[in-house]
Amino acid sequence: MTTGKRKVIDAITRTTICLSAAFSVLLLAGIVIYVFSKGSKSVNWSFLTSVTSVLNGTVGIAGNIVNTLFIIVITMIIATPIGVGSAIYLNEYAKPGKMVTRIEYATETLSGIPSIIFGLFGMMFFGEKLGLGYSLLTGSLTLIMMVLPLMTRNTQEALKTVPEAYRNGAIGLGSGKWHMIRTILLPSAMPGIITGTILAIGRIVGESAALLFTAGSAKLLPKGFAGLLAKPFQSGGTLTIQMYLSATSEGDFDTAFGIAVVLIVIVLGINLATKALTKRFDVTRKE
Amino acid sequence: MRRKAIIEKTAGIIFFICAGAAIFAVSAITLYMIIKGTSALQEVGVSDLLFGIVWKPTAEPPSYGIGYIILSSLIGTGAAIITGVPIGVLSAVFLSEIAGKKPGDLVRNAVELLAAIPSVIYGLIGMMVLNPLMYALEKKIYEGDSEHVYTGGANMLSAVIVLSIMILPTVISVSTSSLKAVPDNLRAASLALGATKEQTIFKTVIPAAKSGILTGVVLGIGRALGEAMAINMVAGGAVNIPLPFNSVRTLTTQIVSEMGYASGLHRQVLYTVGLVLYVFIMIVNFILLKARKGGIKDDNR
Repeated sequence: MTTGKRKVIDAITRTTICLSAAFSVLLLAGIVIYVFSKGSKSVNWSFLTSVTSVLNGTVGIAGNIVNTLFIIVITMIIATPIGVGSAIYLNEYAKPGKMVTRIEYATETLSGIPSIIFGLFGMMFFGEKLGLGYSLLTGSLTLIMMVLPLMTRNTQEALKTVPEAYRNGAIGLGSGKWHMIRTILLPSAMPGIITGTILAIGRIVGESAALLFTAGSAKLLPKGFAGLLAKPFQSGGTLTIQMYLSATSEGDFDTAFGIAVVLIVIVLGINLATKALTKRFDVTRKE
Repeated sequence: MRRKAIIEKTAGIIFFICAGAAIFAVSAITLYMIIKGTSALQEVGVSDLLFGIVWKPTAEPPSYGIGYIILSSLIGTGAAIITGVPIGVLSAVFLSEIAGKKPGDLVRNAVELLAAIPSVIYGLIGMMVLNPLMYALEKKIYEGDSEHVYTGGANMLSAVIVLSIMILPTVISVSTSSLKAVPDNLRAASLALGATKEQTIFKTVIPAAKSGILTGVVLGIGRALGEAMAINMVAGGAVNIPLPFNSVRTLTTQIVSEMGYASGLHRQVLYTVGLVLYVFIMIVNFILLKARKGGIKDDNR
């Protein structure tokens, strides 16, 4: 092959490579610009603080925001300790062997299961078998299984970065293992754990398939303190579910794009927060 | 001293229980999918259900063939992989071999954000942008054809395009890290033999990173098979043979669109659809596990 021909081929190859890489950037820019141009006019104070009601003539997503917050809080309150505990067991207690392989394989499998399967299982088990029906609690219990691998892996990564000398030092000074974990390991691993938590919240905010048949789609605001307490046992649609319904069965694209703007802002915020944390504390993270 | 020992013991047990939660969850899901999913197989008959091609759950007598649904999932995933993987691998090549700091950071951030965008947003944009384009194309292609059932652009092709975009972040990030793991002396050797940078990339670096790239592809297959909401919004709502301009149902969208109102045997068949999807995902997981194990062996050699 002549050098001239080679040069042409190389130039074409390089251009193709650069175009492929540019595709992701252009796609993201396109999505963000399109969503904002279509949706930013729907987003205002009353959109965020009122509930859509024909009677009052209001359009808003306050109920969905409250539902989303409920699901985030309930899910994370349960998933964080279990995920962190699991990582501590795997890193600090377990000796390599069958049990560890099994737990790690189970965690891996769990992270590969699609959300619609979680939704199906949540509906059958928490909703029907345990009789929780369509409720925020059913949705949260379903999501716990989904974010568990994320919490476990991020905590494991964080624990691995804690120097062995810290552990030996604490044990050498006569501290028990639990005491060492509580006072030395967990504080040192905290940035990693928080990163995992933020990533998990991001997953929850964006989730839809696992919630459609577990948490339902109600959008009313809870009334008073008693209503707030009863809310976990009632149906409630998150932002993504409402967006799906607005865009499909309700045909209300203004609301759909308005919610899309809110979701993209949340996603950007979460991305920036994890970036800042990772940079500041130099923790590795896994998605 | 005894109190301390008890606390230590309890802490250990609690951590062990936490770690067991993952095993418990996977076992419970597997058990439930099998128990709930097999009852319809017995009632309808394995071959009638899995290979039947007529889906009329509310007709009299009803027909529960999910053959086309399975086929749509497989072909949709395959086509998404064929279109998405080349773009993904080339982007990974850009990130690991070519990009300077600034362009590299730009692409990396964009890919991370693409991964974080909720699937309903992909679905919404697909509905509003892709479907009208597809409809225009459809009208051009089938002009004068009275047989064709118009889909308004909600068809297989739209689903494939959305899927190939949605697997990009997975393919890019896994491929990039495996390309970066290729030792520099391989590159240096190839360049020293007079190969150009581009030749080195395609003849030396990519082959060396093959197993890692394949892992990314398999992960992409898992994502494409399991994606539900976005596809449900762009692929139309009828069970059809998966041709580009037919509206199709995949395993996931079948569950999403009918679980809300199905009852009796119809509902049980939807559980079976879930079981079929679960079996596919477990096969993908198994391949991943084998690939990872093989990778470790290679490293020790």
